[in-house]
Amino acid sequence: MNQEPADGSIVVCPDGPLIVRGDFEIVTPSGDLLPRQRKTVALCRCGASAIKPYCDGTHKLIGFRTEYPIDSAQGTKSQP
Amino acid sequence: MKIPEPRGPISAGLLGILAGEPGGDPVAQTSLEQLVTGQLPLVEDIVDDGDVQLALLCLYELHYGGLDGVDDRWEWNPGLIRIRQLLEEPFEHALRASAELAVPESDRVPSAAAPDSDGVAALLFGLAQADNGPSLSRYVAKKATLEQLGEFLIHKSIYQLKEADPHTWAIPRLAGRAKAALVEIQADEYGGGRPDRMHSALFARTMRGLGLDDRYGCYVDTVPAISLASVNMMSLFGLNRRLRGAIAGHLAIYEMTSSRPNQLYGSGFRRHGFDAHVTGYFDEHVEADAVHEQIAGRDLAGGLVETEPGLLADVLFGATAVLAIDARLTVHIMDAWENGRSSLRTGLPTAA
Ligand code: FES
Ligand SMILES: [Fe+2]
Ligand SMILES: [Fe+2]
Repeated sequence: MNQEPADGSIVVCPDGPLIVRGDFEIVTPSGDLLPRQRKTVALCRCGASAIKPYCDGTHKLIGFRTEYPIDSAQGTKSQP
Repeated sequence: MKIPEPRGPISAGLLGILAGEPGGDPVAQTSLEQLVTGQLPLVEDIVDDGDVQLALLCLYELHYGGLDGVDDRWEWNPGLIRIRQLLEEPFEHALRASAELAVPESDRVPSAAAPDSDGVAALLFGLAQADNGPSLSRYVAKKATLEQLGEFLIHKSIYQLKEADPHTWAIPRLAGRAKAALVEIQADEYGGGRPDRMHSALFARTMRGLGLDDRYGCYVDTVPAISLASVNMMSLFGLNRRLRGAIAGHLAIYEMTSSRPNQLYGSGFRRHGFDAHVTGYFDEHVEADAVHEQIAGRDLAGGLVETEPGLLADVLFGATAVLAIDARLTVHIMDAWENGRSSLRTGLPTAA
């Protein structure tokens, strides 16, 4: 790595949540803290979690894809 | 943990020796070794053998919280380590055979160069997803009686009251990214510095909510061999450095097969009128393991394989073995329940 690591990081998980690690707060639009039980959290980005904003693994059940797989034969993007 | 009841000649011989002082009775130790050597070829199915599984559980317990009244020096007694190895060898062999039967290594391990960490995570998520054994969680959500909920907790209690401990053994055997990932997960398992948030403590609270005894190991006598085997598998993987790939794969699969089932377990307990005090353990796992599965798959297992590509096969072995052994446990429980029987080995111990 040729870059100073930042104080926090967001890991963009393929077909899954955003893992947020480091020093941060999760707040409502008016600035109130949201209940939070752990330092590193997974934020849902499939929209299907029952405990939003956190991920509850439902992305796996709905087959959430963050990118359409490249169709190697066509060289185009295929529909899921 | 309190001393369990022996289940056959090996566990009886072992518990007899443990009652004395290390080195106090060399003759008894030699005859136990001979007994084990003679007995093992007669064991048909070691995973389901109560005598062997209980002996292993007690030998491993010397490395955890210990056995009540047993001299702590037994932990590293060479004669007992020897006996543990005699039992571990066929046990590991059986686990490898079960994993092979569940998903053949040729389908499990890609023939091309070892994948990167994203690739390892994808392989593990694939294994977890392909697992289509009977579902205990759906049964618990929809049908389980109050009595069955209690049985379910009793089976789980053998591990859950020391939740995370077997994987902790791996920490000093790892380095860099894999180590940081394991520590991050374990910190969460151990409550992030709050003893009352430790997963084992949350589980104990759930047990108390159902009127069960939450003392560690209280129900060892009550559960069948297969319940002990699933915990012994973790100790085997965790306590042998050469199996560090397997313990990483084991943890990854545990995390990857947790969020959804715990959601369903929680529903089952809520269906019986239990509130968040009792379901807290399950609710916590829905959220926590959605985080842990990502870290365990990519950073722990994937990070380990990136530094030690030769461990890929063992990572996938550990993962597949969990699915195979826990499927057996599920079949055992569901078979009993669907036929109106108890899934436990004995009735509940009378309260002390
Ligand atoms: S990203 Fe996991 S549930 Fe939405
Ligand atoms: Fe946990
Ligand atoms: Fe976890």
